[in-house]
Amino acid sequence: MSFIVVQAITGLASAASLFLIAVGLSIVFGVTRVVNFAHGSLYMLGAYLAFSFVAAFGDSFFGYLAAMLLAAIVVGGVGAVMETSLLRRIYRAPELFQLLATFGVVLVIQDLTRLIWGADDRFAPRMPGLDGSINILGHAVPQYDLFLISVAFVVLGGLWLLFRHTRFGVLVRAATEDREMVAALGVDQRWLFTGAFILGATLAGLGGALQIPRQAVGLSMDLNIIVDAFVVVVVGGMGSIIGAFVAAVLISELLAFGVVIFPQITLVLIFLVMAVTLVLKPSGLFGRPEFTTAEDRRNPDPPLRAGQGLSRIFWWSLLVIGLAAPLAVGDFAVIVLTEIAILALFAASLHFLLWGGGLITFGHAAYFGLGAYGSGLAVFHLSMGMAPALLMAPLAGAAGALLFGWFCVRLSGIYMAMLTLAFAQIAWSATFQWVNFTGGDNGILGIWPSAWASDPVVFYYLAFGVCAAVIWGLRHAIFSPFGYTLRATRDSSLRSAAIGVDVTRHRWLAFTLAGAAAGVAGGFFAFAKGSVFPDVLFVSTSVDGLVMVLLGGMQSLAGPILGAIVFTEIETELTRLTDLWQLFLGLLIIGLVVVLPHGLAGLSALIRRRSS
Amino acid sequence: MLRMRFRTYLTTAVAALLTVFSASIVNAQQDPIRIGEINSYTGPLASFTVPYRNGWQLAVEEINAKGGVLGRKLEVISRDDGAKPADAVKFAEELVRREKVDLIAGTFLSNIGLAVADFAQRNKVLFVAAEPLTDAIVWAKGNDYTFRLRPSTYMQAAMLAEEAAKLPAKRWATVAPNYDYGQSAVKAFQDVLKGLRPDVEFVEQQWPALFKLDAGATVQALALAKPDAIFNVTFSVDLAKFVREGQLRGLFKDRQVVSVLTGEPEYLDPLKGEAPEGWIVTGYPWQGIESAAHTAFLDAYSKRFDDYPRAGSIVGYNTILTIAAMLEKAGSTDTQAMVAAMKNLELDTPFGPITYRAIDHQSTMGAYVGRTAKVDGKGVMVDFRYANGADYLPDDATVRKLRPGK
Repeated sequence: MSFIVVQAITGLASAASLFLIAVGLSIVFGVTRVVNFAHGSLYMLGAYLAFSFVAAFGDSFFGYLAAMLLAAIVVGGVGAVMETSLLRRIYRAPELFQLLATFGVVLVIQDLTRLIWGADDRFAPRMPGLDGSINILGHAVPQYDLFLISVAFVVLGGLWLLFRHTRFGVLVRAATEDREMVAALGVDQRWLFTGAFILGATLAGLGGALQIPRQAVGLSMDLNIIVDAFVVVVVGGMGSIIGAFVAAVLISELLAFGVVIFPQITLVLIFLVMAVTLVLKPSGLFGRPEFTTAEDRRNPDPPLRAGQGLSRIFWWSLLVIGLAAPLAVGDFAVIVLTEIAILALFAASLHFLLWGGGLITFGHAAYFGLGAYGSGLAVFHLSMGMAPALLMAPLAGAAGALLFGWFCVRLSGIYMAMLTLAFAQIAWSATFQWVNFTGGDNGILGIWPSAWASDPVVFYYLAFGVCAAVIWGLRHAIFSPFGYTLRATRDSSLRSAAIGVDVTRHRWLAFTLAGAAAGVAGGFFAFAKGSVFPDVLFVSTSVDGLVMVLLGGMQSLAGPILGAIVFTEIETELTRLTDLWQLFLGLLIIGLVVVLPHGLAGLSALIRRRSS
Repeated sequence: MLRMRFRTYLTTAVAALLTVFSASIVNAQQDPIRIGEINSYTGPLASFTVPYRNGWQLAVEEINAKGGVLGRKLEVISRDDGAKPADAVKFAEELVRREKVDLIAGTFLSNIGLAVADFAQRNKVLFVAAEPLTDAIVWAKGNDYTFRLRPSTYMQAAMLAEEAAKLPAKRWATVAPNYDYGQSAVKAFQDVLKGLRPDVEFVEQQWPALFKLDAGATVQALALAKPDAIFNVTFSVDLAKFVREGQLRGLFKDRQVVSVLTGEPEYLDPLKGEAPEGWIVTGYPWQGIESAAHTAFLDAYSKRFDDYPRAGSIVGYNTILTIAAMLEKAGSTDTQAMVAAMKNLELDTPFGPITYRAIDHQSTMGAYVGRTAKVDGKGVMVDFRYANGADYLPDDATVRKLRPGK
């Protein structure tokens, strides 16, 4: 009995940490609709700053407290700079484009942090005055845990007061509910957005600062926390403060007791909770369903027609260049070209969902990875040759998409994105921990092409040929009756349903088709690398795919291809040249986002407009 | 006369041509030997790989200052894989195909080591795996072209199990990150300890996700099982959390803790004043090793980088020493000659002499086993001894079973 009480308190302390991080993210999303990937970076920055301030003047209780608060305020300032100089410029850009910008910020902050504080883990001293433990029912409980729990309640209460009793708070709540209405009533949105973003950033910084008496400060903090924070926000309901609190408590307590009964579950549990919540209550525990009519009004794209003129020249020249390139370049360039062909297909399949179906997914790596594992496992367990093993790839990708898609397409917007992420992370955990079947972290080795295709140039032509054919197939699907119907469901699901289109089924089919195409790419990826590891299913692969699509431009079918070419080339060459490649890549992404808010493919439209 | 003169011209021209030609041959002889190197220099692993890079840079500079190997300088072409196996394979391709390196070395993460080892076998390139710990790289998935320097998971766990068997503890609990390294370390430790002490039992196992240890809950769960002793495999940020929560919650009071790698400065030093006392660990007590070879290394390293070496530094240094010794023995950069030279290669390192075993391509480089203590508010290793890697590998019959195809 005493154990249960103490474990519950321990869970509450973890919940307090989670809540402080998630609540800022929730506020920012609620008001600005920006999915802020850099929230974890702000959290990390808060921890590093607090570490330095504590080293300078943190040798008393109040000094330590001041150090943590100062760190939070500085991070709030960083947030202000980030909002005014970057995000403010791109609120009008296509949906998800802000995501790309914040991802650029993640890369920049990661490298800047390494430059300033070095690569070593930093471990701050305990907080003076709260450096011991107290006895509760015969168990020692750290005093700081109790302090952290009370801070969480203070922040919760403070936010409640802020949102109930100040004009700013009322406006934030109003904007969370209906942004357009608030704008129509003449509220200066810029001021409101900046304010909400500063508040969110300060809370992230505070969350990070408050962690330093509990854990070492390191460079993996940003990505380690961001996914968990998203999960809490989504389970609680986007924009809901009390929701974030309840979700944080729920997840932390489940984890605290889960480790006692079934220690292996820790990696999957949080995603299982999210998946179950979203399936049962699609807008989270305390979230309100979004207005579908408001959703419908976005997407002002003119309908895209099958290409003529310029676009036709582009596709044919791409084909000619692709076929001729191996004759003109060196051995290694052929390998890079193979990778580009594969990733172009991956990006195109993601683009098919994002643009064609308006289905936002953060978990597309799942189908790429399932394809890679489908091929890899076929070679490893069934000793298949290359050709039949490659056929397993689209089957595996499609099967996964068919299963996960059934749940995902019932949701929309950010909730759908998070459910796709949950499934991808569950698939990743399974490959990571199911060692007997998948080889776990050590992966599957020895997946090399058959003798006839072992020459890199032959393998390149094979990969290029198949990937180009599948990309052409996806393009064909976009202009088929199915594709037009799909795009109709994207532009207005309500009107599509009214004329008798089965919206869910069309989305489900699109999801499966994209899964199969991503699976093909994954299969070739496995044979190109000779091995498969769980990281192909990890969220970073999904993010890479999103970066390619967004970099290339959403509004054009050429976008994902261009994005894959540019992203792969830049990454390959930059990492050869400098240790600071993340910084340069991040700055490049941010620069592109600001200059070309429609991606690289938007460049041609820009030129056309200028010249006419 | 004219003819005479013509002849002279001709001879002079031929002689000149010959000189130019032979000079270019000599130049070719003096082209550096190119070593391709891949490791995770950015991202969360940088704190481990940067000291390693210092180590190999020091060795390259020392060897080149003495005129290089086989009359040629060593040149290392280094690439950052960003901790992604797929990128590591891409750069292996690049190093072999574009940079035309003579061999590959490096890697830290086990899965990246395995990916590059597989690449090496397929492309018939020598790969000196410096840091990856996984047993698979020399056993289950060992291949002809891959040799590994650092003492493996099994060796480290066996060194600790030997010490653990001397303790009176009977009830053991384990805590390890839930992936290949943690699982293999726990399994090896259990197997060896049970072999030595059939009376011990394992009463609790905790498997936190890597770098996501929920410290308070895990510590409570361990305490609930009331073990006599704990075997710890967590490291880096997880270790810091575990140590602080464990101390605050009294988990380590009257309990023995046996912990892998915790004596390495990479893991011990960030804990500063909270470094645990009395834990039995493997590691690298750089302050206390008194051999002449190590002192020379320590002085050179401190002078060059104005810093003390970490465990990674010595691995990086030994990697280049290995390659230099192998090249001397092979006499050429022909891959088959180099692979043959790696087998039973003997060389002297700051840790003493080591051998690359022909049977499984594992080096006998060992580690230091001792107890942690606090001196001047910092964690150090005391009462340590050097455990020679050769003594902590299974017998040849077992190795043959573990390494199929051998």
